[in-house]
Amino acid sequence: MQDKWLILTLVGEDRPGIVANVTRVLFGAGAQLGEASMMRLGNQFAIMMMVRGAGSPEDVIGLLESVRVEFHLKLHVDETDAALHQVIEPDVLVTVHGADRAGIVAEVTAALAEAGLNILDLRSDVGGTDTAPIYIMQIEGEARQGIEAIEQAVAGLGLQELSVRVTPLDTVRG
Amino acid sequence: MASLEILTYPDERLKTGCEPVETFNPELQSFIDHLIETCSGGPGAVGIAAPQVGVLQRICIVDATRARRPVDNHGHLVLINPEITAWDGFAVGREGCLSVPDYTGKVIRAEKIELKAQDRNGKPCTFTMSGFEARIAQHEVDHLDGILFLDRLVSRHADLKRRTPT
Repeated sequence: MQDKWLILTLVGEDRPGIVANVTRVLFGAGAQLGEASMMRLGNQFAIMMMVRGAGSPEDVIGLLESVRVEFHLKLHVDETDAALHQVIEPDVLVTVHGADRAGIVAEVTAALAEAGLNILDLRSDVGGTDTAPIYIMQIEGEARQGIEAIEQAVAGLGLQELSVRVTPLDTVRG
Repeated sequence: MASLEILTYPDERLKTGCEPVETFNPELQSFIDHLIETCSGGPGAVGIAAPQVGVLQRICIVDATRARRPVDNHGHLVLINPEITAWDGFAVGREGCLSVPDYTGKVIRAEKIELKAQDRNGKPCTFTMSGFEARIAQHEVDHLDGILFLDRLVSRHADLKRRTPT
């Protein structure tokens, strides 16, 4: 039986070479990589990655010690029941933008959760300037109670200052 | 009628251009019936192309009637020697493929196309397609040229264009 998938999360100030060095060490130790999401957040670079075959969480932390020190990374590894080939296709995209303020995500996602939305992918950015920041959020999800429920939830938000749009998604499979 | 075996990536036959159909004989009719059956059996499939079952000929099925939400369509189409003759506009949309299981990604396609082809009896036909049906046709014609949607992926964070501005 194969090892369980570990989920590795890793954050550090963005600079070239983080991914190459982390994955070089893991490959050298016989690890297999699964799905991963990596991106720049603020001025930091964040990695979330499925890893197996390189031992326990403690083993992986030990393997990565020299890279962690060199790149000043924060590293966290958990053993999980994660599995591959569990993809769920999104059937709705919700896009939100407006002048930034506290509470946008909490208000919008509370309404969406109530309407049966399972969030599959959420990406948000703060554009504009320090004095006039703009908040932009894109959510792809699974509308478990149908798209109409999501549309009603969004209409019921009554957030005049926010632009929220709901786009049904369908996948061409051919 | 039995479903045909679907080739999966990275089978080289999926990367090979297909030959035009020149003879509309009973053998072709039988193959088309099997191809339709295979498409119907594919989970959520709205189209299929002959190379996906290892037949390197310019034959495909486009069936937008199987879309999850109703869309403009021309019904169940059997397209022989299809050729896209005009493109207009573009949109980002999500695609998957019977030959690439368990993965979907975003691809830019023309929003509206003109397509000419022959039907299963060799009769010439033309279509003006838009939106979802146009996307299926572009996906299938790509198969006939040995191109997969994987070759056309754009950023997973690309926004999906609205059909009509609100």
